[in-house]
Amino acid sequence: MIVELGHFALILALCTAIVQSVLPLWGAQRDIPGFMATATPAAVVQLGLVMVSFAALTYAYVVSDFTVLNVVQNSHTLKPLLYKISGVWGNHEGSLLLWVLILALFGAIVGVFGRNLPPGLKSRTLAVQAMIAVGFILFMVLTSNPFTRVSPPPVNGQDLNPLLQDPGLAFHPPMLYVGYVGFSIVFSFAIAALIEGRVDAAWARWVRPWTLLAWVFLTFGIALGSWWAYYELGWGGWWYWDPVENASFMPWLLGTALLHSAIVVEKRDALKTWTILLAILTFGLSLVGTFLVRSGVLTSVHAFATDPDRGVFILALLVIAIGGGLALYAYRAPQLKGGGLFAPISREGALVLNNLLLTAATATVFLGTLYPLFLEALGGGKVSVGPPYFNATFIPLMLPLVAALGVGPLLAWKRADLKGALQRLKVAFAITGVVFVVCAYVLWGRSVFGMLGLALAVWLATAVLVEFAERIGVGKGLGWDGVWRRARTMPRASFGMMVAHLGVAVAMTGMTASSLWQSESITVMQPGETETVGGYQFTFKGAGPVDGPNYTATEGTFVVTAGGERIATLTPSKRQYVVSGRETTEAAIRTRPLGDIFAVIGDPQADGPGYTVRLYFKPLVAWIWFGCGFMGLGGLISLTDRRLRVGAPTRARRRGAAPQPALGAAKAQD
Amino acid sequence: MIRRARTAVWAMRRSLGAFAIALAVALAAPAAAVQPEEKLADPQKEQRAQELGEEIRCLVCQSESIANSNADLAKDLRVLIREKIQAGQSNQEIKDFLQSRYGDYVLLRPPVKPETYVLWYGPAAITALGALGVGVFFWRRNKRPAAQQKLSADEQRRLNHILDGE
Repeated sequence: MIVELGHFALILALCTAIVQSVLPLWGAQRDIPGFMATATPAAVVQLGLVMVSFAALTYAYVVSDFTVLNVVQNSHTLKPLLYKISGVWGNHEGSLLLWVLILALFGAIVGVFGRNLPPGLKSRTLAVQAMIAVGFILFMVLTSNPFTRVSPPPVNGQDLNPLLQDPGLAFHPPMLYVGYVGFSIVFSFAIAALIEGRVDAAWARWVRPWTLLAWVFLTFGIALGSWWAYYELGWGGWWYWDPVENASFMPWLLGTALLHSAIVVEKRDALKTWTILLAILTFGLSLVGTFLVRSGVLTSVHAFATDPDRGVFILALLVIAIGGGLALYAYRAPQLKGGGLFAPISREGALVLNNLLLTAATATVFLGTLYPLFLEALGGGKVSVGPPYFNATFIPLMLPLVAALGVGPLLAWKRADLKGALQRLKVAFAITGVVFVVCAYVLWGRSVFGMLGLALAVWLATAVLVEFAERIGVGKGLGWDGVWRRARTMPRASFGMMVAHLGVAVAMTGMTASSLWQSESITVMQPGETETVGGYQFTFKGAGPVDGPNYTATEGTFVVTAGGERIATLTPSKRQYVVSGRETTEAAIRTRPLGDIFAVIGDPQADGPGYTVRLYFKPLVAWIWFGCGFMGLGGLISLTDRRLRVGAPTRARRRGAAPQPALGAAKAQD
Repeated sequence: MIRRARTAVWAMRRSLGAFAIALAVALAAPAAAVQPEEKLADPQKEQRAQELGEEIRCLVCQSESIANSNADLAKDLRVLIREKIQAGQSNQEIKDFLQSRYGDYVLLRPPVKPETYVLWYGPAAITALGALGVGVFFWRRNKRPAAQQKLSADEQRRLNHILDGE
């Protein structure tokens, strides 16, 4: 009954979305306020209905209702509650429901909190958002229905893949989806602006917080996924340039470009058409990612050809959304006139360079991910594009980006003094020079990228710190009070930017150091034996059986000491899941200031009490995720900037400001 | 057992959701990789073997190098590479051998040849085109205000006419 209710709610949500995609748009075009006013209630109702639907599926999972096919295929009564719930989105149909839920959530939030949006822009935005919802709910109802019943019901389910029975599944996909799907609202804003034929600083001010929000979640989502990969895998790999990873990385890269170009639109009324194009393409890449993962085209081109229903449907959605968006863009963009002029050497110029390199990097990842598919589909043979390719093409684009990132924020708007900016960074130059010489000495002939990577990370970090010190007036004789006052009154957006840029430096350090100086030992150990890795002594105390709720495990115990001091007891295990019989490896990791100690237990010796073990020391590897955390945190700090806060323009209007309150508030502050 | 796990992972990849999830899945089978008994005694040669292993695709897996895979084939190839290193072959010779036996697909770094020119020169071409676009953008921008500075004789006449008419 509850399952049918969920199914019914999903179909009603489809109907609501159809209404929402027609009436408000019609109202906006013909200037009928009554029609425009339907947008927000429709968006809220749509969210409510999708929530009911989602809750119904969750209920079916929690009570293990094995009359539902989706539950049968992905759950089991013995599974812990956390994984029963997260199992809802751990499969094709359920993950689409989560997709649609977040889509509706963003629409409803814009409807409810966007009271100050011009009614025309708001109606059009919500209408476009609803069109996307129509496409995806239709996709679910027609090809991927999570509420399909099965008769007769089996006694128990087939269980969720053990690799996914991890807290990672509870948090990683929802976060990633908020980011991924969050770009939909930016797309809707862009399409609405194109229909309206107007893009101004106010538009950019409305769009930026949403871009930032989506970007922050995508950053956290990707970082969480990479961390999950790191501890679940058994060998500590945190990124493999897998097509599925690239699917989420491409929108992130282009979203980062969008984030920066939107600043230029907001501050200087320039780069408008480019920013609109980025908004369309960023969400387009989210859809491409969905297509790649959902259609099965990655497994093989042939798998796609033999079971094309889902793939063709998503491909059609992709073509309509991106093709339609780009066609509208081609038709309207020439009418959008650029505003502010600027010289190549200026803050705008630096942001253009940022966009150039990030877009080229996105294109590189796109080529590497999709070209092999094209080649195979055209009969050109099979090639593999793996990490060696991406390291050779992607990193050279990132290095100049980071080099320029140190200087960019010091440049003035319109026309800047590059020499002056570089002079202000002389401390950073000096420190970087020293580090580079040391790195070159240690790493000569070993890794050019490693050498440059470390030096540039240091360069970026020192440049950001120099900028921060300058901004708060260190060394200007202000005293602690003065410095503290300036630090406190610094716009949050500037502060957030510095934190995020510092995060880039931190993450880069982690990536480079961990790949350069990892030490490992793969060996057979007898109980009582000691092995030294990276300066730590691992003593193997033996292994024994341990039982979990739905698995049995072999758990090893290692005592780790350094310089005679006991550091940690690590208990890596190897699980065998009862239902599926599949095995997973649970690495034991202890994060230390200078790096992670990482232990994995493998198979027992055929003859004897020994076990195959893998012991690693991974220097600074945790910095990768700290750095990503900094980036996300920087984004969140920026979001709290008064100018971007959703409620801020309200205050300006109450004070009786201009008809475009957002712009008015901006002028007042700048 | 391993083969069954592999098939399961494949089936799962197809049916599973979420890029996310797929991230974990990208990792595919657990543990795995190089086994102690495979390792070469000479640490330098072992290092070479590991680096080479990172460049060779496990053909029965998805997006995994033989260094990280626990499939039987990956193990065979790891052992093969080590035997060839012991026999004194160079990295290039070993790669050439694998390429002739399994085709380009086995190399995670695609070979440079006409079919892959797009892959290898594409990024540079795109960057160059983008830079050109940016150059044109600034060039046109700089021209426009300059053109606006002076009115043509005809424009001046029209302006005077309008002003006089007011």
